[in-house]
This record gives sequence, C-alpha cells and structure tokens, in this order.
Amino acid sequence: MAASKKIIPGFRFSLGITMFYLSLLFIIPMLAFILYSSGMGMDKFISVVTDERILHGYYVSFLCAFVAAAVNGFFGIILSWVLVRYDFPGRKILDGLIDLPFALPTAVAGIALTTLYAETGWLGQIFHELGIKSAFSPLGITIALIFVGIPFVTRNVQPVLRDLQPEAEEAARLFGASEFTIFKKVIFPELLNPLLTGFALAFARGIGEYGSVVFIAGNTPFETEIAPLLIMTKLEQFDYEGAAAVAIVMMLLSFMVLLTINGYQRYRLKKEGIAV
Amino acid sequence: MKKDKLVRISLIFLAVSFIFIMLVLPLLLVAKEALAKGFAVYANSLTEGIAVKAMILTLEATVAAVLFNTIFGVASAWLLTKYDFKGKTFLASIIDLPFAISPVVAGLFFIMLFGRMSPLYPFLQAEHIKIVFAIPGIILATIFVTLPFITRELVPVMEAQGRDEEEAAASMGADGFTIFRKITLPNIKWALLYGVTLCTARAMGEFGAVSVVSGHIRGKTNTLPLHIEILYNEYNFTAAFAVASVLVIFAIIILIVRNYIEWRSKKKISAV
Amino acid sequence: MNFKGFHKIAAGTLSILTAAMLMTGCGGDSQFAESEKSGSSEFLNVSYDPTRELYAEFNEKFSAEWKAKTGEVINFNQSHGGSGKQARSVAEGLEADVVTLALAYDVDEVAKAGLMDKDWLKKFPDNSAPYTSTIVFLVRKGNPKNIRDWNDLVRDDVSIITPNPKTSGGARWNYLAAWEYFKEKNNGDENAVKENIKKLFKNVAVLDSGARGATTSFVQRGQGDVLIAWENEAILSKKDAPDDYEIVIPSISILAEPSVAIVDSVVDQKGTRKLAEAYINYLYSPEGQEIAAKNFYRPRDKAVAEKYKNQFPALKLVTVDEAFGGWAKAQKDHFTDGGTFDQIYAK
Repeated sequence: MAASKKIIPGFRFSLGITMFYLSLLFIIPMLAFILYSSGMGMDKFISVVTDERILHGYYVSFLCAFVAAAVNGFFGIILSWVLVRYDFPGRKILDGLIDLPFALPTAVAGIALTTLYAETGWLGQIFHELGIKSAFSPLGITIALIFVGIPFVTRNVQPVLRDLQPEAEEAARLFGASEFTIFKKVIFPELLNPLLTGFALAFARGIGEYGSVVFIAGNTPFETEIAPLLIMTKLEQFDYEGAAAVAIVMMLLSFMVLLTINGYQRYRLKKEGIAV
Repeated sequence: MKKDKLVRISLIFLAVSFIFIMLVLPLLLVAKEALAKGFAVYANSLTEGIAVKAMILTLEATVAAVLFNTIFGVASAWLLTKYDFKGKTFLASIIDLPFAISPVVAGLFFIMLFGRMSPLYPFLQAEHIKIVFAIPGIILATIFVTLPFITRELVPVMEAQGRDEEEAAASMGADGFTIFRKITLPNIKWALLYGVTLCTARAMGEFGAVSVVSGHIRGKTNTLPLHIEILYNEYNFTAAFAVASVLVIFAIIILIVRNYIEWRSKKKISAV
Repeated sequence: MNFKGFHKIAAGTLSILTAAMLMTGCGGDSQFAESEKSGSSEFLNVSYDPTRELYAEFNEKFSAEWKAKTGEVINFNQSHGGSGKQARSVAEGLEADVVTLALAYDVDEVAKAGLMDKDWLKKFPDNSAPYTSTIVFLVRKGNPKNIRDWNDLVRDDVSIITPNPKTSGGARWNYLAAWEYFKEKNNGDENAVKENIKKLFKNVAVLDSGARGATTSFVQRGQGDVLIAWENEAILSKKDAPDDYEIVIPSISILAEPSVAIVDSVVDQKGTRKLAEAYINYLYSPEGQEIAAKNFYRPRDKAVAEKYKNQFPALKLVTVDEAFGGWAKAQKDHFTDGGTFDQIYAK
C-alpha cells in the first residue's frame, strides 16, 4: 500500500508505531509462547484440547461470558443514555463509579462478590429464599463477569452519544416521530458500532477472566469449571504444553469472535459510507 | 410529556439500581471488611513499609503503562480510522486480543521470552539485565493487559467523526502533526481522557499477569494487588481489604481529576 | 512532508521505549544491581503461602546469629505464593538461594529444570523437611454433625470443604490422607478405596483453588460442615475465632513434610552456598525448631516437640514414601490428568 493513495498524511508513521509496538509487546512474546509449546506435537495437542472436561470448560467460559456481555450491553446503553441525556442529582457520582471495577484487583472483586452472593451474604440470602443458588453456580460466574465488564459498553457508547449531532433527531421530532421511534431509527444505529465494540471487549475479557471467577465459581468439574482454571490446573502439574494448548485454542476462538464483530462493524461503516 | 417523565424516571431507576447492586454493594463490602477491626488497624496496614513500597511500585508501573499505551493508542486509532488498507479488520482484532487472553497466559508470554527457558536468557544474564521477576517485567505485563484500552476508546469516536475535516486540511497542505493537533485532538480529547482513566484504573488493579512475572519478593517486586493476595493468603483478611480500598481510593482520585479537567474546560468554553 | 522521515521517528520511538524500560529496570532495581556486585548481601527464600510469619521471625533471628558469627549484614528477602507457582517461578528464572515449599514434588520440578542436584531430598536430615504438619478436620463448635474420623466424611448428610488437589499442592496431602485411611480400612482393596473417595468428593460443596480460598468458604461464608485442612492453618483459624470452631483429629493422617532445599546453581553463581547451608541448618537447630513450633508446625526436635506436645496431639501418621512410594509416583497415580482424582469426576 503506497502512502500516496492516502489523502491524510501520516499513514506510514502511524502504521510504523502500531506495528512496532504490537510486535514488541504482543506478537513476539506470543510467538515465543507458541514456539515453546510447539514441542508437544499435533497428536498431544488434539487429545488435550478435545478432552471432554476441557470442552466443557470452554463451554462454561464462553456461555457465561456471552450472557454477561449481553447483560452489560443492555445496561450499558441505558447507563450511557441516562448519563448523557438526563441531569439528576448524583449523576456525576454514578458516572464516576463506572470505572471502578477495573481498579479493584480481580481477586478482591471475586472475594467481595462471593461474600455478597454466598448463602450467608446480603444478596445470597435473597436468592437462597427464592431457591436459586447464586454463588458457586454458573449464575455466580456470570455475576462476576458482569462486574469485571461493566465499564466496557458504557465507556464506548457514552462518548459517541455525547458527540451525536442533534440535527437528525430534531428533524425527526419535527415530523412528529415518537421518542422511541427516534431512538430506534435515528440514535440506535449510531450507537450500534460502539455497542458492538463494548460487547466484544466485555465478552473477550470474560472468556479469559480468572481471578474474580475462581472464588465464586465453586470449580466443580463438568459444572462450574472455567477454561482459565483448567489452564492453571495444567500449570500446577508443570504441564506447560497442555496449558499452552488450552490457551491457544481459547485465543483462536476469541480471535474469531473479535474478527467477526470487527468485520461486521467495517461492513456497516462501508455500507453507510456508500449511503452517504 | 408525562410519558417522557415516566420513561426518564424508570431509566434512571434501572441504571442506578444496576450500578448499586452490581458495583456499590461489593465496594461497600470491601469498605466494611477493611474497617472491621477499627480505624487504627486500617491505618496501620496502609502505612506499613511493605505496603508503601507496593504502592510506589504500582504507581510506577501504572504511569509507565499509561504513557506507552497512550502513544500507541492514538497512533493505532488514527491508523484504523483515517485510512483504508488491506487487513484492517484483522489488525483491529489483533489489537483487541490482549483482552481475551487470560492474564496468566499473558504473563507466561513474557516468561517464555525473557525467562530461563528463552534463548535470550544467556544474553540477558551476561548483560545483567533482569526483565522477568523484576520491575521491567511488571511494566511489560501491565502494558500488555491494558494495551487495547485507548485505541478502543478512540476508534468509535473517530469513526463517528469521519475524515472530512482532516482530508480538507490535508488538501490545503497541512502536515500530519498539525492536522492531528488542530483538528483531530480537539475532537477526541474526551474519549482520550476516558481511555486514559480506564487504562490507569485497570493498570493499577492488574493481578494475574503481573503475578506470573513478579516473583512476589516482598518489598521489591510486589505490587498492591499482589500484596493484597499475600495478606489474604496469610489469613490477614482485614489488612487485605484495607489495601484493596486504597486502590479504590486511587481510582476515585483519578476520576475526580478527570471530572475537574472536564469542568474546567467547559467553563472555558462557556466563558468564550 | 514530515512523514517521509518516519523511519527516523520510528527508530526514535524504539530507542525511547527501550531506554525507558532499561531505566526503570536499573533505577527501580538498584538493590538487585548492588547485590550482584558485592555478591552476598541479598538472600532470597522462595516459600509458599502460610509460612510468612514463620520466616519473618526466623529471618530476624538467623540474621542476628549470622551477624554475630561473621559480621556480615545480609538482607533477607521473602517471596510467598502458591507452592507450585513458586516452584515454576524459580524454574523460570527467579533467583532463589533456597526454596522452602509445601511438597517435595514442587522442589523436584526445580531440580528437573537443572537448578539443583536430583538428590536434594537426601542433603538434609529427615527428608529435608525440618518441620512437619498433618491433615486434620476443622468443624463447627460442638461438632453438630458428630464428625470423628474419615469415614464420617462419606456420610450423605455431611458437606465438605477442601481445595482442589490439582490446583493446590497442599490439598494433595488431604487427598492422600483420606486415601490412606480407606486403604487401611478396606485392607488395600483399591476399588473400595476409590468408591469411598468418590463419595467423599461428592460431598464437597466448594472445590476452591487454594487452601486459603477453602478456609474462607468454610469460615467466612459458612459453607460446609467440615474443612479438611493443614493442622497449622486449622489452628490459626481456631485461634481467630475460638468460640466458633473445633479441631478434630482423625485416627490416621499423613505426615505432611514441607521440603527445603538449596538452589545450587544460584548459590554457586552468587557465592552464597555457606550462607544458604547455615540458613537451612539453623532451621534444624533448637532455636529454629522452636520458631516452627510457635508457628504451629510440628517440630522434628524431640525436646521441642515434648515442650509443645499439648498443641500437637499424637496420632498415627504415615509418610508419602511409605504409603505411596514417594511423590513422583503419588503424583502420577493420583493427580495427573486421568489419575484417580480425575476418575472421580469422569463421566
């Protein structure tokens, strides 16, 4: 790709920095990891990653991460809407709180959530009354993943919503469209890309999350055993190769999810570009 | 109008209760545990020499990670939004990938590259360069887990803004830096600020990846989250939560600073 | 165009990044750098989690002793974490002078990496384990479920907390202790043993990843009727809340032998072998044994053991070597993928 084709200068410069940084901090270390574990051979690799228990681990991780990301997507839209469009006492505080899940080390979050949702906890009691097992169940895993993923959707949607030009909205209002229709037809399409980004990030983060989940999961094989825990299990037996095999498959699966979502976003942008 | 108000109130209610249940309650619990043995014990566990050293190390690693990731974040977001090129989707997904990698595995990446099993190890030994089980490793691991934040924060905003202004400026002969400074930066400064805040918060709290490369040497390579883990594992529940509350307080300070910056610039705009 | 020279700028960024990394490395690490020059002023003991108090006290005493003897002032550093993870760190390049881990299997991993002699276990007395512990039960006050021995744990009405032996080195002792009990009870009939172990683990309410997590589940969250725990940790929990818990000593348990060893290649490079040897020998001295006993580990020294005999009730203890043919074999039979532990959960 020749830089001359680009109208805005700086293509090679930004490409240079991006590629250099990515290679140094991510690609090369990752290759070192894959290379180190490549000694195991295809047979072992396949037998490790198709083990029934490992497959179930993937299933639990992906399912819980998906549900958690969806919940965060739903509330993320509401949160950013409320934060950008409404003024009410405590808005600033609510806004400030959203980033906090990141600052809390995941293990602390895990311990706090488990205390909260165990049968003796403030919220666990309520669930217990209702006959629902909240901690030490897939529900508990999902709750932990919701916690670690709260900031993603809100923080992606919020800036876009804030910068949205009011003209289209006002025009629609002039034509007598209901608020809900305006949201659905005018605003939401603008928010879909950041929403998808936030969803993808929360989902990806959920798949790999270990620290907070391990306390609340219960870790029962074939029930609440997550894939990252299985990686730790392998490492604890000094089975670097087995751990790497599980990790590599997880990486590939997550990469595919990210690729799909990013691809869809590009597709939407392109379509819009033509329409405009 | 009445319906509007109803929608408004119920949305606010929904948002507030979600945050209260999912976020405020766990944080309250941390506070409760931290103060369980009274304020003296709380203050004590924070001023202990090892805790202070862990705090300093955490701040060092955070500043380094945020600095590098800001440079990278701006450059890569610019790249992803201002140009069309083959493999863009692929690149965007690669940038996201560090999120999906279990932090423990991320730590192992650096162990395999700089640790004893690495071909680089003899060279590093000979040069007396320590990367893993020392501070550089901690910084690398922190950078890794926070790598996508700023890019991801900037891309949607820059995409929504399109390229027209930049292209116009370029056609008038402005160079890249000027375009960035005069046109792009004012448009993305809020997103950048949010990205930096998120990145800072996450960098401070990172545990898994750092835990693998740190070596856990008390007072030397223990960051705050690692210090918390050790306190917890030696049955010192109260101190563990006390130190955890410090991280929350740090995060709150950062948020206050962010809000202050926003407020001041808004005042400036309205003054104009 | 400014950007023609982007190679220069990229090169500039590279050097800034590298320089910054090296600077933080050298600056923040000055103590390490010094230690490399003078060779011996820093000493690192890589240990596992619940030994912090023990070694904090021990290092202080030993440091005074060493200074009195040689005049050298040594800076003793401690690293604590999960035993297996600590072993991995040392094998991956963490420069420990000595390791003091939860089980021999973890030290074997360090030896396997080529950092120490394969025969490390015979370098010091008593299997290189200067202090020991055992596996006991922590139950709620008054022992409402009347749990007396291992066979009570397979009752349908008992709910158990124990960490996962696959992620927690300490928990492997729990598993083996239970195994040994049922083996003796069933005269070595392996199928009967497996059946009982399976029942026992069906009663496990939460399979935490580490000993500490399991204790929290039991103590803080009120999960389970009984916690299978190391004696030193059970005593600690009971000390924290004497009105809430009781310790039950089973009829048979295992002699948990936390291993200590010198990391040969590190001490030879740093020139700290003498110091490391003195350090470990001091663990076997009456003073060292007293410190271990004070921190709830069973001392090897007869006189010290006699002094603390109220704290450590007598029971029948078997060793991993006698009952399981050593750690390598125990690991292979029970805890590797597909071993007896995995069979419990096999579909």
